[in-house]
Amino acid sequence: MSTESMPVPGTGAVEAGIDHTPATYERGTWLEWIHGWIVTVDHKRLGILYMLYALVFLLVAGVEALMIRIQLAIPHNTFVSPFAFNRLFTMHGTTMVFLVGMPILFGFGNYLVPLMIGARDMAFPRLNAFSFWMSAFGGILLYYSFIGGVGLAGTGSAPDVAWFAYAPLTEKAFSPGHTVDYWAVAIIASGIGSIGTSINIIATVFCMRCKGMTLMRIPLLPWLYATMSFLALLALGPLTAAQGMLMIDRYLGGHFFDTQAGGSAILWAHFFWIFGHPEVYVLVLPAFAFANEIIPVFSRKAIFGYSAMVAASVGIAFISLGVWAHHMFTIGMTSFGNAFFTLSTMLVSIPTGIKTFNWLATIWGGRIRFTTPMLFSIAFLSQWVIAGLTGIMLSVSAWNWQLHNSYFVVAHFHYVLVGAILFMIFAAFYYWYPKMTGRMMNKTLGRWHFWLMVIGFHLTFDLMHFPGLLGMPRQIYTYEPDRGWNTLNFLVTVGAFIQAIAVLIFAFNLVYSYFYGDEAGPDPWDAWTLEWATASPPPPYNFADEPSVASRRPLWDLKHPEDPDSAFE
Amino acid sequence: MATIPLQHAPDEVLHQPTRGVMAMACLIIAESAIFTIFVVAYLYFAGHDVTGPHPRDVLEVPYFYTVCLLSSSFFIVLAEHAIEHARMGAFRLWWAITILLGLTFLYGTATEWRKLIFEDHLTIHTNLFGTTYYSLVGLHASHVIIGAILMLFTLVFALLDKVTPRHAYNVRVLAMYWHFVDAVWVVVFTVVYVVCR
Repeated sequence: MSTESMPVPGTGAVEAGIDHTPATYERGTWLEWIHGWIVTVDHKRLGILYMLYALVFLLVAGVEALMIRIQLAIPHNTFVSPFAFNRLFTMHGTTMVFLVGMPILFGFGNYLVPLMIGARDMAFPRLNAFSFWMSAFGGILLYYSFIGGVGLAGTGSAPDVAWFAYAPLTEKAFSPGHTVDYWAVAIIASGIGSIGTSINIIATVFCMRCKGMTLMRIPLLPWLYATMSFLALLALGPLTAAQGMLMIDRYLGGHFFDTQAGGSAILWAHFFWIFGHPEVYVLVLPAFAFANEIIPVFSRKAIFGYSAMVAASVGIAFISLGVWAHHMFTIGMTSFGNAFFTLSTMLVSIPTGIKTFNWLATIWGGRIRFTTPMLFSIAFLSQWVIAGLTGIMLSVSAWNWQLHNSYFVVAHFHYVLVGAILFMIFAAFYYWYPKMTGRMMNKTLGRWHFWLMVIGFHLTFDLMHFPGLLGMPRQIYTYEPDRGWNTLNFLVTVGAFIQAIAVLIFAFNLVYSYFYGDEAGPDPWDAWTLEWATASPPPPYNFADEPSVASRRPLWDLKHPEDPDSAFE
Repeated sequence: MATIPLQHAPDEVLHQPTRGVMAMACLIIAESAIFTIFVVAYLYFAGHDVTGPHPRDVLEVPYFYTVCLLSSSFFIVLAEHAIEHARMGAFRLWWAITILLGLTFLYGTATEWRKLIFEDHLTIHTNLFGTTYYSLVGLHASHVIIGAILMLFTLVFALLDKVTPRHAYNVRVLAMYWHFVDAVWVVVFTVVYVVCR
């Protein structure tokens, strides 16, 4: 069984299914080395480029967040001007969603999906490179607006219309400079890149699988990435279309969102959130995907309810297409509209609940190893539940009318984006870093990173709910001292700085471990999926022989020929 | 190791779709989402104009050009069939007819726009009808142009004998895109010239 299902042992450098050929790229001079990275079409290199690009912007947008928090730490603060404050929260939101979240998750997808399905590359390597450079162009364009644009009333340069850019503020009459143009074109450019990568991931997962990998043997990570890519295809189209309409309004004098000529600002809100809500799931499904791989390995148990997990992911993707107007309850809809979007939003909690219980059931009775990735995964589980619960609260339209655009909403979505997604991104870094570099990440630094992150996160985002409940609106640059928000806001700022220190420790760990980390070997976690069946880092061709699988855990079959999974399928 | 029963023969055939068709299907899904938004905007704003010109006064139904575009889907199927059976002469003929029909359709759009702009004084700036009409029809026409360019390249290479029956699969993927462009026109035609006129 094992000899048929895995590459034949003993042929040259391939031993027991693992190719020990070191990953050698032509080194040459440093100029040739850089040139090699720029013209590369290797999915692993492009994946790393995506991640580095996103990490740079994570630091940039993190600094923007810190400046926002310094301004709000005490009432009547004058750290930044109101105009600069508008630019900061616009750039922070846009950067974190389009230049950090999407690329870092696509980076992991690029790196891992072909390895996990036993392929040698993505379905379209050159499309892959094109998509990355389009995304990078979008990011550079957005930040070029600091030099090239003129904002509201000629007061600044970067976009200052918030990340959802509600019309008619974005119309030529109210935003006369070029900042909105930079914003729109940057998002169209990075959107084209994301659509290209989504097409690529779907084609890879469904067309490039190795021998024996039927649909129900695909590891959950490629499954969820395919689902997420499908959702991205459906969500990014409306965004691109809406940006196109905005450009028509601004450059050709169209009237889509021009309320003075009969256009509709509400239509923009609909179009934006038809993109905006599925986008949340585009970001969170990869986080689920990481949890699906990491939690079983460190619980030493197979994932509980594999097929239910697949079904729940596809279910989340479908339901999330019909919930967008819960961002718009205060815009004034019919009572039928309010009831529909309240109920459809609550419906999302059923498949996500299935997932949560499946993760708990996977951990239950397992022989848990508290490694750094597992710590982040456990924190993710509890934080994701809390984020989901405040989400259900906000889905009730009557409650939403009270809290719309308050800091309660800000706290809720940061609980999702930081507490769930960013925590799982960190877990994924600690888990797959050995595969990408051949070295383990430092464990002590990892513990410091984890505990500071948890403390800082809860200090910031638990407390942020309360100013919201007390009536503090989002996107205000300062506030009166007699509202009872002072202490809370100060502590939130302190928490933000603790998180910043944690992220700096993480960044240092990435660099430090690259040079001084312990040798990882091909399979440091004793894991079961195919990416661990090749050297670390993998050779450019991934697998010397095309792998062949007979179950969901091919490496378990290889290591335990006396009790293979394939006997139970 | 020898005692492990071979429950699943690893050489069982795995049925996977081909990646070109898969990618084109995904592109069509993404494009459909874009067109849906423009169609929704057209329907949403239909009849909301206070100033003219209105669609019923200026729009003429392009029956002939619609027949041209839709029939091109038939000819491209003949072309696909021809290249699959290695009949390159027939392929070039049907392929050229498809392109001609596409170009005829574009000529129809151009004359229609010329009439609207110079005789009826309707531009994208005039009113909501102008904004939504030119964006939706223009978005579709730009897809026809892209398709026509891709097919022209294919024709040139076919005439130079660079496209051979080995490329039947690539031709089929390109034909998928052309069928999509035609199908979108059915929707655009229904919305612009039937429902909202």
